[in-house]
Amino acid sequence: MTLLIEQALNGLQYGMMLFVMAAGLTLIFGVMGLINLAHGSLYMVGAFACAAVAAATGSYWLGLVASLIAAAFVGALVERLVIRRLYTRDHLDQVLATFALILIFSEGTRWLFGSFPLYLSLPPALAGAVSLPGGVTYPVFRLVIIAVGALIALGLWLLIGRTRLGIRIRAGEADREMISALGVDIGALYTAVFALGAALAGMAGALVGTLQSVQVGMGEPVLILAFVTVVIGGIGSIKGAFIGALLVGITDTLGKALLPVLLQPVLGAGAGPVGAALASVLIYLLMAVVLIWRPQGLYGARA
Amino acid sequence: MKLSKRLGLTTALIAGMAIAAPAMAEVKVGMITTLSGGGAGLGIDTRDGFQLALKQAGDKAKDIELLIEDDQQKPDVAVQIADKMIQSDNVDVLTGIVWSNLAMAVVPAAVGQGKFYLSTNAAPSALAGKGCNPNYFSVSYQNDNLHEAAGAYANDAGFKKVFIMAPNYPAGKDSLAGFKRYYKGDIASEVYTQVGQTDYAGEIAQIRASGADAVFFFLPGGMGIAFMKQYAGSGVETPVIGPAFSFSQDVLPAVGEAALGVKNTSNWSKDIDNPANKAFVEAFQADYNRLPSIYAAYGYDTANLLLSALEKAQPSDAEAFRAALKEASFDSVRGKFSFGPNNHPIQDLYVREVIDENGTLTNKIIATAMTDHGDAYAAECKM
Amino acid sequence: MRREAILDIAIFALLVLFALVAFATGQNFAVTIATKIAILALAGVGLNLALGYGGLVSFGHAAFFGIGGYVTAILASHAANYEPLAFGLPGTTQMLVIWPVAMIVAGIAGLVIGALSLGTSGVYFIMVTLAFAQMLYYLAVSWPAYGGEDGLSFYVRNSFPGVNTLAPVPFFAICASLLALALLVSACLTRSRFGLALQATRQNPMRTTATGIRPFPVRLVAFVISAMICGLAGSLYADLNRFVSPASMSWHMSGEIMVFVILGGVGRLAGPIAGAAVFIALEQLLGPVSDYWLGLVGVLLLLIVLFAPGGITGLILREKRHG
Repeated sequence: MTLLIEQALNGLQYGMMLFVMAAGLTLIFGVMGLINLAHGSLYMVGAFACAAVAAATGSYWLGLVASLIAAAFVGALVERLVIRRLYTRDHLDQVLATFALILIFSEGTRWLFGSFPLYLSLPPALAGAVSLPGGVTYPVFRLVIIAVGALIALGLWLLIGRTRLGIRIRAGEADREMISALGVDIGALYTAVFALGAALAGMAGALVGTLQSVQVGMGEPVLILAFVTVVIGGIGSIKGAFIGALLVGITDTLGKALLPVLLQPVLGAGAGPVGAALASVLIYLLMAVVLIWRPQGLYGARA
Repeated sequence: MKLSKRLGLTTALIAGMAIAAPAMAEVKVGMITTLSGGGAGLGIDTRDGFQLALKQAGDKAKDIELLIEDDQQKPDVAVQIADKMIQSDNVDVLTGIVWSNLAMAVVPAAVGQGKFYLSTNAAPSALAGKGCNPNYFSVSYQNDNLHEAAGAYANDAGFKKVFIMAPNYPAGKDSLAGFKRYYKGDIASEVYTQVGQTDYAGEIAQIRASGADAVFFFLPGGMGIAFMKQYAGSGVETPVIGPAFSFSQDVLPAVGEAALGVKNTSNWSKDIDNPANKAFVEAFQADYNRLPSIYAAYGYDTANLLLSALEKAQPSDAEAFRAALKEASFDSVRGKFSFGPNNHPIQDLYVREVIDENGTLTNKIIATAMTDHGDAYAAECKM
Repeated sequence: MRREAILDIAIFALLVLFALVAFATGQNFAVTIATKIAILALAGVGLNLALGYGGLVSFGHAAFFGIGGYVTAILASHAANYEPLAFGLPGTTQMLVIWPVAMIVAGIAGLVIGALSLGTSGVYFIMVTLAFAQMLYYLAVSWPAYGGEDGLSFYVRNSFPGVNTLAPVPFFAICASLLALALLVSACLTRSRFGLALQATRQNPMRTTATGIRPFPVRLVAFVISAMICGLAGSLYADLNRFVSPASMSWHMSGEIMVFVILGGVGRLAGPIAGAAVFIALEQLLGPVSDYWLGLVGVLLLLIVLFAPGGITGLILREKRHG
């Protein structure tokens, strides 16, 4: 039972991290209609900035701040130089151009930081595990990630629902021509939205990099999962991204934990590898089922 | 017509690509290794170790022409580079592949065409048993070796119930089979993870619940870094053991303190006490300003094996060259070194512990797990 | 002839010329490079049918490419080991048998994936095709049979009656002929009633529906044919390397096939040849120059997308994209 609770927490934590990635992606798509494959590169930029600054200053917290700033800055720069030329293009050009950006970012990062993974580890205050009510022992840092994810969800909800910027973002989603006709500086709005999405990705990269490893190419697997999340939730919908992220996180974690065990009576000794093989396709199966059932995702308004 | 002019220019360019001047050298060595992308660190160490040996050999290496190409860790690219090196560069010897799946794609065809292949790392079981070949030499190990040593060490350390884990691919299955071949206690649970997986919270929960008294894992590259960091923060105290890959000098700095005290098995360590090894570690640090990893050591040994064989015979005389390689009369950084009947090493395997040496994480040998150890497939090899 | 038709023929002729020059100067490996270009271009021609003419942006065509490769490797390895396949059918090393099987299996996969995906559109379609390809990729990596991540080798190239497929030039001839055939089929198809209907569904689905053509079956047929051509390309690619691995189904491969099409010029007949040739040339020329050559490729790709949206053929013809 405690194992099941721990696995559920793992699924929740995984889902929260995916949400932080997916929120930026879905926002950028919703407002600018841009499909951004380079989102995973911004995640990598955040992780490397955090590792480099933490190593130079000895402070993890400064590293975390640096990850936000670096990713937002790089995001804004890329938006000004490249991305804004793509808004009027079709998805094909966007896919190819941002695919090219992935290559540039990966090799550029390798050129700057070398080919070996960087060191980044937890500050002592967040290391270790705590006992939760019910007898579950759980790492502090993963609890922090769950909390951060929840805070970001709340923050985004307030930002979009209650602030001027939020009104503009919603207006931009509804009718792009109209809001520029109303005198809103659409260029600045786009840069701001892209930088916000980039900063979220950068922070996700720093947090996950702390837990996993900081290395070139780290953004690619998570990029695809973030896309799966966005598509399940419905493109452009923050609420959809949140629900989608939790669905993906929990399905993946529980699938990996339970499938080999469930297959044991049927397959015997072969259950391990076969169960693991099936678990790895489970989230894609989930996505296919959702899209066949609702072609616009769970909360999608338009294609 | 402008169109035709532009086409003409393109023709000239393309034709130019096809005609490249061939160069002359007595022995051509083709190195195919990973120099770009996420796995580049391993290939770069292999290359640097190999080149260091050639540099130290000075005049003796002057007849060797080394061609180096990047396989991008993609099997189809590796196959095409091998085709190119064999068909148009006419190399005599191939070497350098890091990954087993790339080796499986390249080696059988290369040795089938009469070329020599010296492995600096990957040595899958399929090439050690029925698929062995007199022109294929593994200088590093047979893939199962380090896992077998971990199994033997688990007995020595008195572990009775071990949780074992590896990625769900052939090298991972070989790994767990290798561990179980020598480990005599119970298996708490046998878990296959996804290839490229970076979050191990689920597996750590299973370890916590399993009641195992030790964990054996094989997770190369970023997978191992991620697992070790998450394991250290999980509050699970069960000791872990693993093969050297997750504790080698290329990844150790990234794992950090989480690795301190972990026992891992290897056939090389920078503190193996022999003159060749001392000279290698010092020269490598002087030239590249970093500590060498196991991959650098294998690259270095491979180049020295090649040099030792070239003193006695040329690859053009395949029979004699094969015999000269088989003698393995070079000073290995691993000390004792010889080839078994299937051209795989017979060597000592050590248990190392990760220590902090004046602020740098590195390994120290604490025990010998197996002596003069060959591999389980030699008997199946008929050549 | 129209300028574009001249260009199509010229690009194909250039590829053949390159192989011949290489052969005449004894550069066998350059012939292999030309073969690789022809095969990847064939995959591009397949994708172009769905993507260029039908507007179906599939990010999962590597699945069909990989299926073709696996069919080839599985048939060949069963034949080599004299192990019958399911239902006691023997394996084979005859390309003439392998090709149709590879195309049929890829076509069936295309039928299933297409039928399930074509209900969606836009980014959803891009992502759902990617998801299906990822599913097959992970199954190939982790399924215990047929080599998993290590892939499947078959050591000897499959045979074709009367031709020594092991020598580089005859094998190039086979691949180039199939490429030419696919180009012809593609050209006829796009000019046929079916092709016009397909392009109409891309340009204006509403109006097409109003004229009594339902878009779904037209798109599905295009998707299946496109999958079959990719399956054939995958089969040849497996024979080129005498090896297949899950990497041929990865999203990188899907991306690369897409890059060939877009780089060459979307909806242009010979676009995929130009795209594949330039991509492979960059790989061969920049690789030895720098460890970071992939980054340089990225910069070049980016410049082409930003400043030459019609791709290479568009650049030569000084025209923007079709459609």
